[in-house]
Amino acid sequence: MILLLIAIFFISIAFGSIKMSLEEVINALLRNSEYSYVLWNIRITRAIGGILTGAALGVSGAVMQKVLKNPLASPFTLGVSHGAAFGAAFAIIVLGAGKSHSFGSEAVTIFNNYPVVIFAFLGALTSIAIILFLSCFKGASPESIVLAGVALSSLFGSATMFLQYFADDFQVAATVFWTFGDIGKAGWLENKIIFITFLVGITYFYLNRWNFNVLFWGDEIAKSLGVNIKILRLISMFLSALVVSVCISFLGIIGFVGLISPHIIRFLIGDDCRFLIPYSALMGAFLLCLSDFIARTILSPVVLPVGIITSFAGAPMFFYLLIKRRRF
Amino acid sequence: MLEISNICAGYGNKLSIKNISLHFNKGNVYAILGPNGSGKSTLLKTIDKIIKPKEGVVYINKEDVQNLSRKKLAKNIAYLPQKNSTSASSTVFETILLGRKPYIIFEPRQEDLKLVENIIYIFGLKYFSFRNVGELSGGELQKVLIARALAQQPKILLLDEPINHLDPKNQIEILKVLKKITSELGIITIIVLHDLNLAFKFADYFIFMKQGKIYAKGDLSSIEDKIIKEVYDIRVKILNVGRSKLLVIDE
Ligand SMILES: Nc1ncnc2c1ncn2[C@@H]1O[C@H](COP(=O)(O)OP(=O)(O)OP(=O)(O)O)[C@@H](O)[C@H]1O
Ligand SMILES: [Mg+2]
Repeated sequence: MILLLIAIFFISIAFGSIKMSLEEVINALLRNSEYSYVLWNIRITRAIGGILTGAALGVSGAVMQKVLKNPLASPFTLGVSHGAAFGAAFAIIVLGAGKSHSFGSEAVTIFNNYPVVIFAFLGALTSIAIILFLSCFKGASPESIVLAGVALSSLFGSATMFLQYFADDFQVAATVFWTFGDIGKAGWLENKIIFITFLVGITYFYLNRWNFNVLFWGDEIAKSLGVNIKILRLISMFLSALVVSVCISFLGIIGFVGLISPHIIRFLIGDDCRFLIPYSALMGAFLLCLSDFIARTILSPVVLPVGIITSFAGAPMFFYLLIKRRRF
Repeated sequence: MLEISNICAGYGNKLSIKNISLHFNKGNVYAILGPNGSGKSTLLKTIDKIIKPKEGVVYINKEDVQNLSRKKLAKNIAYLPQKNSTSASSTVFETILLGRKPYIIFEPRQEDLKLVENIIYIFGLKYFSFRNVGELSGGELQKVLIARALAQQPKILLLDEPINHLDPKNQIEILKVLKKITSELGIITIIVLHDLNLAFKFADYFIFMKQGKIYAKGDLSSIEDKIIKEVYDIRVKILNVGRSKLLVIDE
């Protein structure tokens, strides 16, 4: 698994609008060659961004599914991504941010449009806050939290459309463009922030792996085995949503990785959180890097946003798992 | 030692148990008996802090359970709920190992694994060890869950209708094991049962509940036809057979 990830890492830094051989890659990494600049500043940040984001999405999906006892739980079902999209649309349309930017090819390196990022993040936080409020103070059951997430998604979705209705063409294009998740948007700073939140999240999740395992047996048994389920649920939801919000705010919406990575691992290895948590992260990283590689090569030299590939490839994969697996 | 003092508890605004005070001693098996809905499960849940009493206090070694952390409580009390369902797909071994959860700091130690193996041996689950719990029969799963409760090495064992789904042989063997462990390790075992004859055979003390209250309590000698008739509203006779008692239907 780790080897696979390393392989995809090298492949993805080697391919791009400027082709390099593996030899040249290694050369450029170690010495200062003509490719060094491209490699360090574009390819590697991109690859690392892909790995981190994929891992973050994968592990958050695994934790949300576990905590909410729902195989469909993911950053989407809880309204986090729609919240972020609304925040971004608000910044672009109402506050007029992001006008001066041109988008698209690898040549435009870093998408450092802070108002948009910050508002996207606030939008995501709003959905987290509503969900947490419901689960904490109203004592809502995991099932109703998932339902609330669906309602919240459609609420934010329609609010975004409302804004778009009154916006000019360019603004609509910018908001739509924002929703195309693209790991090329991240630079070193973004990657660092993603890395730190991811690290905090996965550390907490991994330390609680036995507690998550106990959750399978229902709340009563979990309580009697010494798990404070309320706090566990709250912190896990908060951290997983936070990790995802950070990624989404920087990169835009990247579908299906968070949903499908844990399912693949469950299919291959099983339910035990001792393995499910780290491997979902690895699987997410692998899938996202692979998708990004495909996104950049399939219609080369056009670089597709990776979000399109993940959603496009994710759905059939999901069907396959559904058919192959007896139980979820 | 376990003491319950003047407990009222329930769900929402409804009280399901009222003014219950009881005292439990080490090394004894207590049977909680009573009709459906009389509050037996509610009482067990209150003892394990799964629901919070509206009034009254549960003391373990003179300490209020509300002041004990869940983790600390889990080292003292094991609880088997009446209704069990799982979406887990772990093996029997891993499931029983979860009973060691309160003791696991990072990963299970060698002793934890040994203990689980030992319990698997006692329960005759050896050939099931690596079976998936989702694929067990009702009775097999029940045995695994009782084993998990024992793996917790509790000082107080709360079992809500533990012999549900078990065949007569397994019912007798499990109750035998529980009785033996209770007196050998000096723990307190509280079992909710509906089979009165098995209760008479294996429990040391009997607590009868009706409509959320204690109707009667005492040892085997204190049990008469009258109590059973009034608690369950049925017509039965109690026969003395050797040192035990036997319930027969009297229509
Ligand atoms: N989760 C719940 N919410 C609301 N009321 C409940 C709940 N659980 C039990 N009750 C009510 O509390 C009362 C006591 O229930 P309890 O489960 O303690 O009975 P029991 O003695 O265990 O019965 P049984 O022999 O059927 O298991 C019943 O009237 C029941 O309807
Ligand atoms: Mg009951």
